Amino acid sequence: MEFFQHILNALQFGSFYALIALGYTLVYGVLRLINFAHGDIFMVGAYIAYFVAVLLLGGEGMHGLGLSPALTLAITVPVTMILTSLVGVTLERTMYRPLRRKGADRLYVVITALMAGLMLENGNLALLGASRKSFPELMEKVVWTFGGVSVTNLKVVVIVAAIVVFVLLEFIVTKTKIGMAMRGISYDKFAIPLMGIPLDTIIVVTFILGSSMAGLAGILYAMSYPILEPYMGALIGWKAFIAAVVGGIGDIRGAIVGGFLLGFIEIGVVAVFPSTLRDLFAFSVLLGILWLKPTGLFGVAQTTKI
Amino acid sequence: MKRMTIKVLLVVLAMALGAFALMGCGQDSNVIKIGFNLELTGDIPKVGEASKFAAEMLKEDINSKGGLEVGGKKYKLEFVYQDNEAKADSAVNAALKLITQDSVVAIVGPNSSKQAIPAGGVCNDNQTPMVSPWSTNPDTTKDRPWVFRAAFLDPFQGPVAANFAAKQFGAKTAAVLFDIANDYSKGLAEIFKTEWEKKAGAGTVVAFESHGTKDQDFSAQLTKIVAAKPDFIFVPDNYNQVALIIKQAHDLGYKGPFMGSDAWGSAELMTLCGKDCIGQFFSTHYAAAGAQGATKEFIDRYNTKYKYVPDDVAALTWDATRLVLQAIQEAGKVEKDIKAERKLVRDALANIKEFAGITGTMKFHGTGDPDKCAVVVQISPEGKFEFKESVCPQ
Amino acid sequence: MQKHTFTISLFAGIFLLTVLAQFGVINQYLVSVIMLMGVNIILSTSLNLVNGYMGEFSCGHGGFMCVGAYVSSVVTVLCFSKNHILGAPLLPPSLALLAFPLALAAGAAVAAVAGLVVAIPSFKTRGDYLAIITLAANYIVISAIDNMEIIGGPRGFMGMNATVNGMEGLLDIPWMLLWVLSGTVFTVWLLRRFVSSTLGKGVPAIAQDEIAAEIMSVDTNRMKLIAFMLSSGLAGLAGGLFAHILGYVNPHSFDIMKSTEVMVMVYLGGMGSLSGATLSAILFTVLLEVLRPLEIWKWVVIPLLLILLMQFRPEGIMGNKELSDLFPKLKKYYSFK
Repeated sequence: MEFFQHILNALQFGSFYALIALGYTLVYGVLRLINFAHGDIFMVGAYIAYFVAVLLLGGEGMHGLGLSPALTLAITVPVTMILTSLVGVTLERTMYRPLRRKGADRLYVVITALMAGLMLENGNLALLGASRKSFPELMEKVVWTFGGVSVTNLKVVVIVAAIVVFVLLEFIVTKTKIGMAMRGISYDKFAIPLMGIPLDTIIVVTFILGSSMAGLAGILYAMSYPILEPYMGALIGWKAFIAAVVGGIGDIRGAIVGGFLLGFIEIGVVAVFPSTLRDLFAFSVLLGILWLKPTGLFGVAQTTKI
Repeated sequence: MKRMTIKVLLVVLAMALGAFALMGCGQDSNVIKIGFNLELTGDIPKVGEASKFAAEMLKEDINSKGGLEVGGKKYKLEFVYQDNEAKADSAVNAALKLITQDSVVAIVGPNSSKQAIPAGGVCNDNQTPMVSPWSTNPDTTKDRPWVFRAAFLDPFQGPVAANFAAKQFGAKTAAVLFDIANDYSKGLAEIFKTEWEKKAGAGTVVAFESHGTKDQDFSAQLTKIVAAKPDFIFVPDNYNQVALIIKQAHDLGYKGPFMGSDAWGSAELMTLCGKDCIGQFFSTHYAAAGAQGATKEFIDRYNTKYKYVPDDVAALTWDATRLVLQAIQEAGKVEKDIKAERKLVRDALANIKEFAGITGTMKFHGTGDPDKCAVVVQISPEGKFEFKESVCPQ
Repeated sequence: MQKHTFTISLFAGIFLLTVLAQFGVINQYLVSVIMLMGVNIILSTSLNLVNGYMGEFSCGHGGFMCVGAYVSSVVTVLCFSKNHILGAPLLPPSLALLAFPLALAAGAAVAAVAGLVVAIPSFKTRGDYLAIITLAANYIVISAIDNMEIIGGPRGFMGMNATVNGMEGLLDIPWMLLWVLSGTVFTVWLLRRFVSSTLGKGVPAIAQDEIAAEIMSVDTNRMKLIAFMLSSGLAGLAGGLFAHILGYVNPHSFDIMKSTEVMVMVYLGGMGSLSGATLSAILFTVLLEVLRPLEIWKWVVIPLLLILLMQFRPEGIMGNKELSDLFPKLKKYYSFK
């Protein structure tokens, strides 16, 4: 029974890694840019969800609208996704695009992203103070127990959301025109504008997609682990990035597989070995995977022209 | 053009360096400066913030009465805050800056042992008294005559928790969940384990699990713990993680009690944890609910000023700072020479045998570590920390 | 004679700084900042070899620094302090001066060997996949030390002061400052010699085009091995110095945050420019200290400044040029073989 419980736990935590890894992979697939601010966009998403939810619900000393939790959830999800994607697009417009225009090395954009992430974290700390925020309960928690295995309704929602998002993104990228343009840009950034495809628009769409996924992950995360703090996105962001790369960065299936894989490895190590060894073993396994498969599980080796 | 930019950059760089080298401050003979080396940013900003708030409140108190009276003359207090970013190297630099640039008489902080151990070394080498409010690691003050602290040590707190749990829950087996990357949490967990197995026999700690500092998912560890069926779970962890741990344990179907340590004692615990925490026990420095006298006055004033009930760090910073101020007063005079003044303060600090703090009476025996009582509190249905038992060192 | 101006003024500068520190003209705080500056210069120039010259993206430099810090600390503590592993010190304190550089070298050597963890996968793995390997290596090092109870685990490790005191017992001058400055000069000298040697030319060749480099008879695997090991070894040297400046090490001082700082210094200075890496390490250290009064806002202002700087100079302060390329007259003042 303990075994099934571990599997469920791994599925839930893997879903978060997967959702965040999707954002990394989308942006990377199009721009070859590791958007290190992504983990912090996720954090901002959780905070936006918090403020929207408190505003709608009321309580905590704020005069809200006093809506019911279910209605609040229904409004919070789209509003948070829209506002979070605005944050992502703002970063792209004010920081990444000017650098790209100047023809800077792509690693300078990466460092800029890192700095932007630091700014979001510490700006939040400076503006909102060091008190952690407690996310209101938007969903009545139900615990189902099947012969020693406990599942909450939230866990199911999280896992389903990750899968739905994956299917949706896979559809957008492989079946729609925008998706085709996105794939095109990742092949050749210079030829695509010649085909009459607006490069900047596609990039903005990519950021909207990636950041809104981070926003969604932020809400779900805040509901599952209802304690918000400015640094909550840093560690999970790094780990999701690792998951995205191990899956094969730039590939949507890779992000999903990598995310769940990391969830399973981390929880599996704890389940079998003393939990003090978790990071040591989990990262050694990942290192081993990359050693054997140098371009990740789904990644394609880039052809080098001579 | 490009070369121009670089030249301008280089000039700016040179100027910044020059300005930096020339930095320094004047001295005012009617002011006593005390330095604070705090974790304002980094992993534990709340700890630094609480310390700063408590210190500010104390400063306003004394300055509004005209200042601190030493040897018949009133001196204004000036508190200098340096952020150590919760990093060891930054704490050393902050300490050195306070000592050499800001010429402070004494330093309060750092709070966390990771910063307090190296900063203590620096203060000791540079002969500046330092009082850490919150550090519980024995190394902070060990063989360092210039370093003091206001908190009790881990080797005292571990047995308190073990004895109380055995008595209260009638427990035969225990499980422990701790933060491996946090020396405080790990140290306490190990001491508790040794103590418990000494009492209840080998193998009675049925699960001994750890997690990382910024983790928020503990389901794997808790699944293992719940499967081991302990009589209670000991969680020597910071309050933010405690809230998540208890909620997740309940999600996994655990119904038994929890026992915690002083790091639970934050006002935020109940806003974060809600009804899941009600009825749990933890050992701490002071009980906010049902406090009397100076302690109650401090809590009420802090609560009105900053809108939350102060946690143990705030109370301990208050005590640590008052300890320093008392030493300055007992020295009887203020020397013009900063080195002589520091020596006076250190000797006065070392001479304090007993100090009535708001976190309880501290007795010093020349090691810089206080003997003080720990209290065990229970979280009441209203979310108050209610006094349950007081344990004093023999 | 003119050719030696630079060398002479460098050594005169070191001598002057030591004398100033000795007689208390510059205070302890400034000395400590200068020492951390030196450590940062070693870190940023050594990472520049991999991230700048070789064009890889290594983001786990802190891990190697950690290895060097712990190894050299364990050596000096075993030799010169009372410890819980062996008990009494192995050597009399008068030997500290002799043993300290050996301990630093040991730290650097072990860190270089740890660099193999990254160097060997780099034969096949490149780019962002290699970045993850370095990141994982950083996590692995920290987690391994967390689990090593004998060297304190997360509680950290201390006792290095005895060695520094031993050296000061022989002759009371600011030894650590001297060691850091010599270590810094040694690192920059070594890297400068390496990248301008015939052998070292292979490193930028890999950055430009690995296959072409191979065709031109560059043994790319060997070059990668050398570059990674040299880089991580020097990071280990920086770690050893860092540990003895603080007298205390804690595995979490070397986490991703540290690696990020070093990365920022490299890209701020300019990829493939040693003088750029040096300048940016100085600038970064000074910024960290000068902005202290801002408290919480410091870490909002620093990233903002760096972002602005990159907007105006998207290739870093120096680009891929050295100071002597920009000011050719400087070449008159040093001879370089």
